[in-house]
Amino acid sequence: MVTVADNSQVKLTRKDFQSSQEVRWCPGCGDYAILATVQRFLPSLGIPKENIVFISGIGCSSRFPYYMSTYGFHTIHGRAPAIASGVKIANPKLNVWVVTGDGDSLSIGGNHLIHALRRNVNLKILLFNNRIYGLTKGQYSPTSEAGKKTKSSPFGSVDHPFSPASVALGAEATFVARSIDRDAKHLEEMLAQLAAHEGSGLLEIFQNCNVFNDGAYVHFTEKDVKDSMQLRVEHGKPFLFANGTKGIRFGGARGFDPEIVTVGEGGVPLSEVAVHDETEATGALAFMLSKVQPPTFPMPIGVFRKVQRPVYEEQVHAQIAQVTKARGEGTIRQLLTSGETWRVD
Amino acid sequence: MSTASDDVTTPHDGGKPHRALEGAVIRFSGDSGDGMQLTGTQFTNTAAVLGNDLATFPDFPAEIRAPAGTTFGVSGFQLNFSSRNIFTPGDQPDVLVAMNPAALKVNLPDLKMGGILIINEDAFTKQNLDRAGYDDNPLHSGVLSHYRMFSIPISTQTDAALKETGLSFKEVQRAKNFWTLGLLYYLYGRPLEHTLKFIEDKFRAKEDVALGNRLALKAGYMYGEVSEIFQEIYDIPKAQLEPGLYRNMTGNVATAWGALAASKKAGIPLFYGSYPITPASDVLHTLSRYKHFGAITFQAEDEIAAVTSAIGAAFAGQLAITGSSGPGIALKGEAIGLAAMVELPLVILNVQRGGPSTGLPTKTEQADLLQAMYGRNGECPVPIVAASTPSDCFIMMMEACRLALKYMVPVFLLTDGYLANGSEPWRIPEDDELPDVQGHFLTEKPEGEFHPYLRNEETLARVWPLPGTPGMEHRIGGLEKSFTSGHISYDPENHEKMTWVRQEKVDRIANDIPLAHVDGSREGGKLLMLGWGSTYGAIHQAVNLARAEGLDVSHMHLKYLNPFPRNFEDVLRKFDKVVVPEMNNGQLRRLVRDKFLIPAIGLNKIQGKPFKVEEILACIKRELA
Ligand code: SF4
Repeated sequence: MVTVADNSQVKLTRKDFQSSQEVRWCPGCGDYAILATVQRFLPSLGIPKENIVFISGIGCSSRFPYYMSTYGFHTIHGRAPAIASGVKIANPKLNVWVVTGDGDSLSIGGNHLIHALRRNVNLKILLFNNRIYGLTKGQYSPTSEAGKKTKSSPFGSVDHPFSPASVALGAEATFVARSIDRDAKHLEEMLAQLAAHEGSGLLEIFQNCNVFNDGAYVHFTEKDVKDSMQLRVEHGKPFLFANGTKGIRFGGARGFDPEIVTVGEGGVPLSEVAVHDETEATGALAFMLSKVQPPTFPMPIGVFRKVQRPVYEEQVHAQIAQVTKARGEGTIRQLLTSGETWRVD
Repeated sequence: MSTASDDVTTPHDGGKPHRALEGAVIRFSGDSGDGMQLTGTQFTNTAAVLGNDLATFPDFPAEIRAPAGTTFGVSGFQLNFSSRNIFTPGDQPDVLVAMNPAALKVNLPDLKMGGILIINEDAFTKQNLDRAGYDDNPLHSGVLSHYRMFSIPISTQTDAALKETGLSFKEVQRAKNFWTLGLLYYLYGRPLEHTLKFIEDKFRAKEDVALGNRLALKAGYMYGEVSEIFQEIYDIPKAQLEPGLYRNMTGNVATAWGALAASKKAGIPLFYGSYPITPASDVLHTLSRYKHFGAITFQAEDEIAAVTSAIGAAFAGQLAITGSSGPGIALKGEAIGLAAMVELPLVILNVQRGGPSTGLPTKTEQADLLQAMYGRNGECPVPIVAASTPSDCFIMMMEACRLALKYMVPVFLLTDGYLANGSEPWRIPEDDELPDVQGHFLTEKPEGEFHPYLRNEETLARVWPLPGTPGMEHRIGGLEKSFTSGHISYDPENHEKMTWVRQEKVDRIANDIPLAHVDGSREGGKLLMLGWGSTYGAIHQAVNLARAEGLDVSHMHLKYLNPFPRNFEDVLRKFDKVVVPEMNNGQLRRLVRDKFLIPAIGLNKIQGKPFKVEEILACIKRELA
């Protein structure tokens, strides 16, 4: 087995992470922006690129590893989190990223996603959510809105969608965040927080598929609506948007219904606006953020949840070390002659 | 009657005459809650330590607790122990222990005429008789007159022996299997030490239960001595076994140990990805206990994750194994194709059971050979090896690992429920008898341009550079790739070439495995019995018996099913007739016919039960008539 050198500070540039392969997404696809941001971001980690592994499933986004000059594995549909778990457990020193899409990770691979998150394997999962099947040419996905007309739902989809962030929270993920393909600055900040987190993390990235689902997110990403329709959450800061003139507070009949209020003049004092806490014990706050969306609410982006829990593979190896220490390292002879034996002469 | 005391180990045998027997077949049967598996295992271990050759066949229902007293809740354990070399658990029991009417009903048809029948008469109540479907009580209706019946109030006797212990009625009744074991120990002149030690270890935390079981064991033994029901004691001397250090071995433990030994031999940590499934789970249980061998066991969320996590571990440089049974293997198909495509080492263990679908989870079958051979999309050849006996699982697991690592391919190891739970004495191999398992990592970037599919010219195996190694960063994937660079390629000629490369790599393994061995006449003859897997013992014994009668029949047993051994076709052509006994509908027969156009004949049994020697012997006689 290879023992990986310590991730001591190495000076790399964006170019160092570009592979020789020609990038083959459709012109204008949101994946280009994400790839560029990831390549720009990785040098900041100071990790030698041989210690970085990108693992993907199947779909447009899953071509990602081919465009990175790190170690990479383009696997089979939906299974990337399970394969990545194997890699990370086998060699915990590797820095392992999973690149997946909404069909790949939430439909065919839903089971692997939730269990990797539940175990808290230290994987960095980038979920490109374009709310459509792109590679198979335009069928509705588990995140497509109800009623959507696609190739496989000509009269409108009767499937109810779910939110990737809600799924991750339900699966006890220790880190859940959301960002947008075209917002490079925010995306880079989310990548940094995800990379720094010890444990599994899911970063949902709204990604525009300009061929089969163009403009899916324009109602909150366009310049003119961005400010009023995005809620950029930060730990310890109040839920404010529309240039600080609006906020979200908890009220209503039960006292914990999110409601939009005007803040300041003619509205409520800032102190009434709810304050974000990524570590809130029940996960209810994060779950609220995963659920609210336009048109009734602005679209939350940012880190919804970040908590600490023992990391799976570290516990696996700690147990091995502990038992080995107690019993001594096993040998073949010892194994074969253990327990009851007898000699025939 | 004297009561058993807790201070002596093996009581006196009462001075009864001893009679030497060559061997005996005992079947313990009762309700699934009666502890018959434990009783059988204890008798087995004692017989093993005393130097008998032996073979066992546990047979239990799929339900953990089927309704008590019903025929489908009957659990059995058959043991053949002998002073001669034996190869099967025996066709017909000489002794049947039936703890209730249902057990009698299910098992009586198998008991030898004139055989010993030991019955717990306390269990023959109206309710239990009804549940078992008896209109009349067989103990009184005369249907058992062809047997030497010993009808004993075992529950009452156990109760009396344990009345001072303060154990509850339920706990006392649970000890009746030890009472029965004690009685059988008396009948076969076996010492109690081994089981007393077992009780001490097993019930260390429950001293009162340990005491109850000890008392029950001794009381059963004493009952044999004092009650005068048995006129003699049977001696079954040691078998003549090859000199060496021995242990008793069951198939699933041997499989798990083979994986540990392969890992140690290669110096590569073991990763076992698995999802609980009958009858493979014991491999997972066993491996999970050997953390001090550096073994990682990953109980995955499903069968697909079990195999894909193992593929991930192989990519990162571990000895990757996934284990399951037929239904699970079906789910792993796509991922096995991925391992073949990216050329990573992986061992896929299939502990076969009756199929299709959920089939017969606790019963044995060999019906997944064609699944291993063909059960993937595209042209996807995968090497296949199979174990013949419980202890052979050890060596064949090491072989599977050796081939996977050397050729950078996924390799199937086929065992089955019969091997998995069966046991036999095993001569512990010396170090130099173990397969040479080695990993071939590429640790230094070779001269010139680096490609992940650089190949060894002889084996065609690709290089195995591990993530974490500087200068060899590369991408692999399930898409077709160009011959060496590994870059995605849709080129038609390249795809055909790659298809041949993947086939050729498997074919070349034939140069690296032993020639097929013939028991009987190597020069050929009238009839060849061709087997694979767990049918070994029954075929071997039947052929020996037939040859002793002067019949011209030989036996060849395959351990390598893909590719076949180099001499396989030559041997087949030396015989006038080839018969393939299989616990399926003719899968090896199909492969033989397909590959060599040899009109092999099938002898097929698909009852979830192993062949009896007499069934194969009858077939030999039929074919030679
Ligand atoms: S189909 Fe859509 S998601 Fe796929 S590459 Fe084209 S634009 Fe991107």
